[in-house]
Amino acid sequence: MSSTVLEMNDITMQFGGVVAVNSLTMHVDQGEIVSLIGPNGAGKTTAFNVITGVYAPTNGNVFFMGKKIVENHPVGKMKKLYAGTDNGKYTGHLEPTPDQITKLGIARTFQNIRLWKSQSVFDNVLIAKHLRRTSNVFTATFRLNAVEEKRQREETAELLNILGLYGVKDNNCTSLPYGLQRRLEIARALATEPTLLLLDEPAAGMNPQETIELTDFIGKIRDDFKLTVCMIEHHMDLVMNISDRIYVLNFGALISKGTPAEVQSDPAVIAAYLGEEKNA
Amino acid sequence: MDKTKRRDLIISFVLIACIFLIVAVLEQILPKTSMLFTVLKKGSIYALVAVSMNLLNGFTGLFSLGQAGFMLLGAYTYAVLTIPVKSRAAVYQYYDGGIIQFAVPVAVGILLAGVVAAFFAYLIGLPVLHLKSDYLAIATLGFAEIIRAIFQWDKLGGLTNGSNLLRRFPIFRSALFPFAVSGFCIAIIVLLINSTYGRAFKAIRDDEVAAEAMGINLAHHKRLAFTISSFFAGISGALLAMFQTTVQASQFKSAMTYEILLIVVIGGIGSITGSCISSFLFIACSEWWLRFLDNADTYIGGFHVPLLRPGFRKVVFSIVIMAIVLLYQRGIMGDKEFSIEGIRKWLSKKLRKKEAHA
Repeated sequence: MSSTVLEMNDITMQFGGVVAVNSLTMHVDQGEIVSLIGPNGAGKTTAFNVITGVYAPTNGNVFFMGKKIVENHPVGKMKKLYAGTDNGKYTGHLEPTPDQITKLGIARTFQNIRLWKSQSVFDNVLIAKHLRRTSNVFTATFRLNAVEEKRQREETAELLNILGLYGVKDNNCTSLPYGLQRRLEIARALATEPTLLLLDEPAAGMNPQETIELTDFIGKIRDDFKLTVCMIEHHMDLVMNISDRIYVLNFGALISKGTPAEVQSDPAVIAAYLGEEKNA
Repeated sequence: MDKTKRRDLIISFVLIACIFLIVAVLEQILPKTSMLFTVLKKGSIYALVAVSMNLLNGFTGLFSLGQAGFMLLGAYTYAVLTIPVKSRAAVYQYYDGGIIQFAVPVAVGILLAGVVAAFFAYLIGLPVLHLKSDYLAIATLGFAEIIRAIFQWDKLGGLTNGSNLLRRFPIFRSALFPFAVSGFCIAIIVLLINSTYGRAFKAIRDDEVAAEAMGINLAHHKRLAFTISSFFAGISGALLAMFQTTVQASQFKSAMTYEILLIVVIGGIGSITGSCISSFLFIACSEWWLRFLDNADTYIGGFHVPLLRPGFRKVVFSIVIMAIVLLYQRGIMGDKEFSIEGIRKWLSKKLRKKEAHA
C-alpha cells in the first residue's frame, strides 16, 4: 500500500473578492506522477504557491508526509469577503516561509525560468545545496567546513553527470539552450534533496522533440531519485503519457479527477478544456 | 588544476607581501609629510569600507546607504573607549571628564568598534531589511542621519562629548597599520564571499524568489550580510578616527556615504579588487593629483594657464568621474576580479593572437 505524500484539504485562495482557487482537495501518493491541468487562469500555479508557502491560503490546510505544514482560515476583513462554504472547519494558523517548506522536502521549478543568472551551471546547483549545510557563517568563512564543502561539490558533480549537464558545468547558465535551462532548473530542485517535486509547466516553450525527451526524463528521475512528482502542464500528449492521475481545474474549482483515460472521457473536461481546443 | 591554484595563491601572497615591503621602504626614504602617505592611509581605510559596502550592495543586492552611520558608531566607540584616563579631564572639559573612567587597548577598541556597529546594524535590520531597493536605501540613510544627530546631543555629552571634538586617543603613524588591518578584514570578507554563505548571498541578489524557494532563509541571510558589512564599516570608522586624530559627529555626513558609493560604483559593483583599486584612485585624485588645478598662478613658459583657481579641482574631478561612468558603464572592473589566473589567461590569449598573426 502506498502512503500519501501530499494532501490538500479545502484549499481556498482569495485575492480580495477574486477566488483564484476554490475548495481544492487533492492528494498525491508515494511514487506517483500527478498532473494538474486546466485552462489559463484556472488557479494551478496559485495552488503550487500555496503548497510552497509563497501564499498563505485563505482557508484550508496542507499535509506533507502526514505532517500539517500549512493551515489558515478567514480572519478580519476576509471574513466578510470569504466566498467558500466550509467556514469554521479550520481554526489553526500555520504560515511557513518557502525556505521552510523546501527544507521539509518539497522542491519546485518555475513557470518562467528563474535561474541565478550571474552564476555558472555548477554554482546554480551547488547553491541549492546550501540548505542542507551543517556549517555556520563562522566555520564556513574560515574553511572549517572543508569536508562538507568537498562533499557538496562531489554531489553536485554527480547530479550534473546524471542529468547530462556535466559537460557544460562551467558555462554561465544563461548561455544554455532553453531546454537545458529547464533541465538545470530541475537539477537545482533535485539538489535540495526533495521527496516531492513540483514542476510548473516543465515543457513550456519546448518543441515536440524536446517534449518527448522531457517525458522520458521525468519518468527517469522519478525512478532514480525515488521521487513523487506533481506537475502543471499544457502539453496534452506529455500529460496523458506520463501521469498516473490527473486533476482538472477550471476557474479555481476542481471539475474532474482520475486516470488519464477517465479524465479524457469526462464530458465536463471536454466542455471546459478539450472542447475549447477543438474549436481553436 | 589544484596545483596551479595553489601556485596562484602563493603568487598572490607574495604580491601582497611586496606591496607591504614597498610601503615600508617608501616610508623610510620619502619625507613623512609626503601626500603619498595620506593617500595610502586614507585609501586603505576607504578600501575597507567600500568593500564592506560592496558586500551588501554588490553581493547581496541590498541597496543600503547607512555606511557613514556605522562608521560613526565605530569611530566613536573606538575614541570613547581608548582615550587615556589622564587625558579625559581635558577632552571632556565641559562634561566633568566624562562618565567613562577607563581605557581599553587599541586592538580591543578596534574590535569593539566593529561589534558596536554590528549590534546596531542587527537592531536596525530587524524592521528595515524586508524593504526593497530604494526604500531600504532611504531607511538606512535616515538611520545614519539620526545617529549623527543623537551623537551631537547635549544630554549624551558625558559619553560622546556632545558636538565637541574627541581627541588624544591612540593613533597610528605608519601607513602599514591601516594597510594591515584593512588587508586582514578584506581577506575575511573575500573568504566569506567565496564560502557557501557568499554563494547564498549572490543567489539572493540574482533572484530572491528562487533563492527562497531553494531553501535560503531570506531574513536570516540578509541580516547576516547587513550585520557583517556594518561590523567592517565600524572597524574602518575606528581607523578613520585614528587617521584624522580627532572625531566629531558632524564629519560623518551622508556625503561620506555617497563618496563610498561612488568608489563602489566606479570600481565595479560586485568586484572586491575593483573597490580597492578605485578607492586609492579616488582618494589620490581628490587629495593629491588634482591639487595643481587649485593654483591660480600657474605658468607654462610665459603663458598664464587660464581657468585655474581654488576650487577648480572639484570641477575637473566631477568631470573625470562622469567620464569614467560613461566609458566604463559597469565600473572599472565590472563584476570581475583582478587575479593571477585572469592575468595568465589574458596573456596566453594575447600570445595566441600573436602566433596566429605570425
